[in-house]
Amino acid sequence: MILTLVETDLEGAATEVSLEAVTFARDLSAAGNGVPVDAVVIGDVPDSLRAELSAYGVRTVHRVVGDDVAAYSGAGWASAIQTVLGAAGSIVVMAAGTDRGNELMAHVAARSGASMAANVLSFSGLSPFVVTRQVVGGAAMEEMNLHQRPAVFTVAGHAVEAKPADVSGAAEVVEHTPTIAPADLVARVVSTAQPEADESGALTSAKVVVGAGRGVGGADKFDDVLELTEVLGGTLGVSRVVTSAGWRPHHEQVGQTGSRISPDLYVPCGISGAIQHWAGCSSAKTILAINSDEEAPMVTRATYAVIGDLHEIVPAITAEIRRRGYAG
Amino acid sequence: MPSPVGVLVCVKRVPDITEEVVLSDDGQSVDGRRSGFTLSAHEECAVELAVQTTVAGGGEATVLTLGDADAVEQLRNALAVGCTAATHVLGEQFMFGPADVSREIAAVVRDHEAQGRAHDLVLLGNDAADSGDFQVGIRLAYELGRPVVNGASTVTVEDSPDGPVVVAVGEGPEGQETYRVPLPAVVTIREGGVEPRYPSVPGRLKAKKVPIEERRPVSEATGSGRVRLVLPPPTPSAVQILGEGPEAAPAVVDVLEKLGVLTR
Repeated sequence: MILTLVETDLEGAATEVSLEAVTFARDLSAAGNGVPVDAVVIGDVPDSLRAELSAYGVRTVHRVVGDDVAAYSGAGWASAIQTVLGAAGSIVVMAAGTDRGNELMAHVAARSGASMAANVLSFSGLSPFVVTRQVVGGAAMEEMNLHQRPAVFTVAGHAVEAKPADVSGAAEVVEHTPTIAPADLVARVVSTAQPEADESGALTSAKVVVGAGRGVGGADKFDDVLELTEVLGGTLGVSRVVTSAGWRPHHEQVGQTGSRISPDLYVPCGISGAIQHWAGCSSAKTILAINSDEEAPMVTRATYAVIGDLHEIVPAITAEIRRRGYAG
Repeated sequence: MPSPVGVLVCVKRVPDITEEVVLSDDGQSVDGRRSGFTLSAHEECAVELAVQTTVAGGGEATVLTLGDADAVEQLRNALAVGCTAATHVLGEQFMFGPADVSREIAAVVRDHEAQGRAHDLVLLGNDAADSGDFQVGIRLAYELGRPVVNGASTVTVEDSPDGPVVVAVGEGPEGQETYRVPLPAVVTIREGGVEPRYPSVPGRLKAKKVPIEERRPVSEATGSGRVRLVLPPPTPSAVQILGEGPEAAPAVVDVLEKLGVLTR
């Protein structure tokens, strides 16, 4: 059996990247003579989630409940996943390559004495089981042998497209209430503060992101890009240079050590496109770069580009959007 | 003021890649000879937090690396910003998989403890900029039998009636999460909570005089299961240049209309 951790959003729906991971699991199952695909969810499984996972071809949804998993703890939740693994005889356990997904799979691997491959893009064989995964922020790939069982890995965001199964099933929900050892609950979340309305959550789900980099030129020179962000109804994302210089707060950073975005449109202004940044924005559907250097990696990788001084171009675009009667 | 704690911060010398990745001839590692080397952004913050913790409460801030002889540069840099001791496990970074590295770190912690140098708090980066394994800190916690917090952006040590605790704060999926964990503990750090300081000239001079403990690995590296590294195929540029300067604005807005991202 292939067990996939499914993370849910505040409304109890599976996250997009978790559905991608389930899709990956199904591809793996198809290559492996139809090994069943199961899901594990920590917390509630509303009917809508069961229906969604049924449509994705999940055989069984393992629902983990109980006081010990009510608050997040890496070791505690991993222990719960291990309980499900043991009960179901799993040969593969996987998750989406999110912060939580990577953390929990690392715990599961360490506890099982197995290897763990983070941010897998594809697999190229079952015996030996060889996966290809992202390294260096996605600028290079590693082929890695995952020979131990269970094979533990995470799937890189947008490595595959989330697709329901050809034939929808009727997933059974099995409840588990594991007893977690006290030692595994020592490091657990004791409080969660709601994020500020303008903070990072908005970036990762934004449909339009306007980017600002070194080319903006200073902390007091963001008016142009902020105004364009507003008329586009988008969210501002910045490069690491900008946060390191203290021009903008870190929660606005897009990149390998910031947020990973996947908007319909990304408009990087004055961003050269170093690997650190590209790692966070390469999933954008369309990139419209504004840069003074037509050789900049961001320009050559973009769908569209305008060459020149962003402080002249950006206000002209904003004015043209307004002139045509769009106000955002 | 909190009680003094011994902090160990683990760092990795990684290629300082901004544009093009070059692989070694055998495809086993990233060749950093042209790009130069640095620390992961997460680890720069971990070093800063180690220094802040020991400045606040006293105690020793030890920096540890597993790497070739050149990795001494990263140790000296950490000493220059306020770490007080350094340990260098000599080995080729790319030969060591995450389980190997965590075993080596655990051996250093145990040996130092036997010498009376406790590392109550061990800090690491959340993931290395090159290998991106996302697991060394967690494996280390299991090696040492300690609790671990992953991906915190700040840590502070506080006294409590039951002994010192580390308060670690980081971004979770539903907001900012706080952990309070009794020491000894392991915490992996994500960039964003602190601004790493730059070394001063006196700091650099002082760092040169600190003796660095050199060690050999305690066990043979088993590796990461790496078959080889590969580069993605080059994608030819397909960019459509809409124009130069502000005169391009109407062409840009035409594209925005076509994409359907404008609303009235």
